[in-house]
Amino acid sequence: MDAKILISVEQLYRYYGHYLAVEAISFELNQGEVLGLLGPNGAGKSSTMQMISGNLAPSAGRIRINGIDLLDDPKRAKAEIGYLPEQPPVYRDLTVDEYLGYCARLHRVSKARRGPAVRQAKQRCGLGGVGRRLIGNLSKGFQQRVGIAQAILHNPAVVILDEPTVGLDPNQIRDIRSLIRELGESHGIILSTHILPEVQATCTRVQIIHQGRLVFAQTIQELEQRLTSHVLLLETRQPLDATGLATVPGIDDVELLGASRARLHFTDSNPADAVAAYVASAGLGLVELALDRQTLEQVFVELTCSDRPDTVEHAA
Amino acid sequence: MILTIALRELKNLFLSPLAWAILAVVQLIMAYLFLSQLDTFMLLQPRLAGIEGAPGVTDIVVAPVLQTAGFLLLLVAPAITMRVFSDEKRNRTLALLLSAPVSMTEIVLGKFLGVTLFFILLLLMLAAMPLALYAGTSLDAGKLAAGLLGLALLLASFAAVGIFMSTLTEQPVIAAISSFGLLLLLWIIDWSGGGREEMTGLFHYLSLQTHLQSFLKGLFSSADLIYYLLLIATFLVLSIRRLDQQRLTG
Repeated sequence: MDAKILISVEQLYRYYGHYLAVEAISFELNQGEVLGLLGPNGAGKSSTMQMISGNLAPSAGRIRINGIDLLDDPKRAKAEIGYLPEQPPVYRDLTVDEYLGYCARLHRVSKARRGPAVRQAKQRCGLGGVGRRLIGNLSKGFQQRVGIAQAILHNPAVVILDEPTVGLDPNQIRDIRSLIRELGESHGIILSTHILPEVQATCTRVQIIHQGRLVFAQTIQELEQRLTSHVLLLETRQPLDATGLATVPGIDDVELLGASRARLHFTDSNPADAVAAYVASAGLGLVELALDRQTLEQVFVELTCSDRPDTVEHAA
Repeated sequence: MILTIALRELKNLFLSPLAWAILAVVQLIMAYLFLSQLDTFMLLQPRLAGIEGAPGVTDIVVAPVLQTAGFLLLLVAPAITMRVFSDEKRNRTLALLLSAPVSMTEIVLGKFLGVTLFFILLLLMLAAMPLALYAGTSLDAGKLAAGLLGLALLLASFAAVGIFMSTLTEQPVIAAISSFGLLLLLWIIDWSGGGREEMTGLFHYLSLQTHLQSFLKGLFSSADLIYYLLLIATFLVLSIRRLDQQRLTG
């Protein structure tokens, strides 16, 4: 089955006065994808999401949701969207049930399906026990979950979540992440976050926005490949001998970091076993042998702190 | 969809103690005024009995009570309308309505209808007082109905003006004060313009009060009806424009 294009954004611009917040952003989102938007504060993530959800009018550009132009036919396009803003848009004076019932009516969920829809959303977001409590009396984490429930209630094609795991405890974060992955199978999801491991845990695609521009767009597989290390970090009890190490098959280059620490560069397969055997036979006393992984964080820092000197980037 | 938003707005109003307090205070003050007006009528009654075509209980009790009610509600209406959009903006809940498949017109009309329904409830409670007079006497039903209709239109105009003011600011108090100011200005505008004839005419037409007065006299004139409808439509359109424009400027 060909994946359906759920969101297509073309050349999106947004000015606040003279300040250019979003510049020429274009991307597409297919069904079954979870797109993670990353970026430093003020990069334009929230503005982009607000524009896709119809809360903010773009200065220029085109947004199509499930093939429907958001600007030409906002009502039909918005029916396909579930949106959780940075601050959950909850009425503090209502109970969870009242609130979700109202949201269902706003989204034109038919009367017959309203009850089941609310129940399912509550169950998915772990709100079973708090249906009759006032939202204002709930903790931040629960309010956040009410916000997520509101966004998925009407079973929209596209779910846009602006920092969905803020204010949640680690258990809830795990629940929400698995919920996002589950939703991602049948819907298209865009989420923004500051937590980089979250992206690797939940998303199928990553985009980094910096100063309003899209500076990085890759699928998680491409990213994993990029992040695959070609460096081993070795530490032993006895001093190391660089020339000896270089004879180990598979090692291209040895970089001594101290008397008993070294970085070993390789290209093809991981020569850790050969290195371990060499260390054992030479009686050096193995302390540590690990892949020196480049993390998403490093990629992020590289792309978003472009004005910093190179040395800082690689020291991380 | 408009009705969904309207009912939510109405229920929201009753969730806050403010609406209940306003209902209670207005009812109390109007009851006092009504009783004192009734007292006056009792004093005058023997003398009126001798005059041919003398004003009846509707003219002496009901019309002044409704007139005062109009002014009293001018003071309290901004307290009801101030939160309509300012609160949504301040609590960032407007996003819920904006990302739902409803148009800006539906949102504004829904809110307006909700607030107007609240005012109609308030009006029905006030109408209970003159209607209680049916127990002892008979009223000029036509005059009473015209008066109530006039007051309902006046209240709907208060709602429209107040809603527009609350789209302008995130601070409910500022929305309340500015809508109070605008309403009061529209109420007293015909006091001025004394000198020039054409100015007096214009100010007289603009005044909220003069149009209410003809309703209270039992006159149902389409000119007065159109005045209120125009006022309501103007401020609702302004509200819609304002919210649309906010989406553009962010």
